[in-house]
Amino acid sequence: MDENQLSRGTKAWWWVAGVVVIVYALFPVAWIVSLSFKTPSDLATLQFLPTNWVWDNYDNILRGDAQDLFLSALRNSVGISLIATFISVVLATFAAYAIARLDFPGKRLILTTALAVAIFPVISIVTPLFNLWRNIGLYDTWPGLIIPYLSLTLPISIWTLSAFFRQIPWELEQAAQVDGATTWQAFRKVIVPLATPGVFTTAIISFFIAWNDFVYGISLTSTEAARPVPAALAFFTGASQFEEPTGAIAAAAVVVTIPVVILVLLFQRRIVSGLTQGAVKG
Amino acid sequence: MSTTSAAAGEVGRAAGGGDGDNGGKVPLSDRARSERRLGWYLAGPAFVVMLLVTAYPILQAFYESLFKYRLTDPDAREFTWLNNYLVVLTDGVWWRAVGVTVLITVITVAVEAVLGFALALVMHRALRTLRPVLRTAILVPYAIITVVSAFAWFYAFSIDSGFVNSWFAWVPGISENTNWFGEFGTSVFVIIASEIWKTTPFISLLLLAGLAQVPEDLQEAAKVDGATWWQRMYKVTIPNMKAAIMVALLFRTLDAFRIFDNVFIMTQGANNTEVVSFLAYRQTISRLEIGLGSAVSVLLFLCVVLISFLFIKLFKVDLASARGER
Repeated sequence: MDENQLSRGTKAWWWVAGVVVIVYALFPVAWIVSLSFKTPSDLATLQFLPTNWVWDNYDNILRGDAQDLFLSALRNSVGISLIATFISVVLATFAAYAIARLDFPGKRLILTTALAVAIFPVISIVTPLFNLWRNIGLYDTWPGLIIPYLSLTLPISIWTLSAFFRQIPWELEQAAQVDGATTWQAFRKVIVPLATPGVFTTAIISFFIAWNDFVYGISLTSTEAARPVPAALAFFTGASQFEEPTGAIAAAAVVVTIPVVILVLLFQRRIVSGLTQGAVKG
Repeated sequence: MSTTSAAAGEVGRAAGGGDGDNGGKVPLSDRARSERRLGWYLAGPAFVVMLLVTAYPILQAFYESLFKYRLTDPDAREFTWLNNYLVVLTDGVWWRAVGVTVLITVITVAVEAVLGFALALVMHRALRTLRPVLRTAILVPYAIITVVSAFAWFYAFSIDSGFVNSWFAWVPGISENTNWFGEFGTSVFVIIASEIWKTTPFISLLLLAGLAQVPEDLQEAAKVDGATWWQRMYKVTIPNMKAAIMVALLFRTLDAFRIFDNVFIMTQGANNTEVVSFLAYRQTISRLEIGLGSAVSVLLFLCVVLISFLFIKLFKVDLASARGER
């Protein structure tokens, strides 16, 4: 479509449509941000914006009463999600390399299994693990969450990475060898730079999924030792029993949304291609 | 697909992406055999881990579902065959949860299909300057934590802190005192709204990828022949991206059927808003009824298998083209 041919009216319509999409996407986020700057008494005004903006809620979760609950949850979430992402990306890199590059029976079996695991109802895994983890001492520990998180992050990593790896022109490696590079040099100088963006994108998508988990987090933990942020949000309480924890929850929600928004801003193009290219070019 | 290291005779087969049955007769060369071995060395660990974290738990769940077993009273554990399933399937609680789950799934997926398609169209045709901004914005709901989305929508409609009641007081039926979480219909409405907001971007990105595949010259040809916008949509665009649409719908349906977070945060199953996942959670984690909870879990698993089966059989979804997404 040549944009210069568009009439001014048509152009205006596309601008309006675009703005509607942006408002749709960001409005609830703007609301939770606004909420996080309200005082408890300000909540009852039932207005969108605070009458006066205060940092009290952030102070409460980062330095005040709620800090034990929130900061430990933040630490758990970051640690557990990163470790689960790391393990699944490493395993998936080997698997996807084999699927894209080698000829062996069972490729299709592996991809189908990944698909089946991806659509598996999480709660069906939680029920047996709850009992098992209690018996073997993994309940309410980091490994107790990292292991089931692999059921969320590993399948998508395998699918996304095999789609990425299939597009790498592996012939380049041989071409480099013909030009006199050693096997290792060819791999390091040619293949690694080509593969890195795919691995990196897969890691981001995988991290989002681990970061988002709620079912495992709420079912397989009971204390601050391992409880991740989404589960902790459900346990927030107000300063007194008569006070709703609305402001603290909103502030905590904003804090855990910031890393997500930063990743999206920086890697928008890659994330979109990671999410879709497998579906298109499979 | 690339097969540079494969022996020459195997290139065609590997390019087909098949299981490599080697024609059944020709003996494998040493090279092919070592390649097979290397393939499984590399992919094996991921495969085993996937089985360990899903196949094993579901088998364990099936085993435990055959017992009458409550954690608070472990000595009374008793093998009762399929009795737990009988208890669950003859209880109105289960069927109501299934009904609510199906209701939420159907409405969510139907709305998302239309909304997601509209979003995809806007992103596809958007002016070049706006395109990256739109894609960035649309990724925010996708990437945000579901629980955060649930709280945002919950507080927006909450009678104590929400702006919805004051903004929409002019709408008949809404006033300052409308308690959205006081009854079934309005609670489900907000749950669905949050679910739709959070997950439509995923559908729209898949549809956007599908749109990009529709050949531009077909569109032009239809235009030249005088087809209206709607005709082009129905006769050219949609048929050409059917695979993408079906895959997107399948994944969203399965995902919506597992809905848990929004219900947990907003209603905890109050006003009959309990969904199947929440029922399983409540039986196992809250009531410690391991036997019954396992039975619900297994039934939920079977529902998901059934839905996938129906999609693949009825709509002929080509899962091979689903590669890399979800």
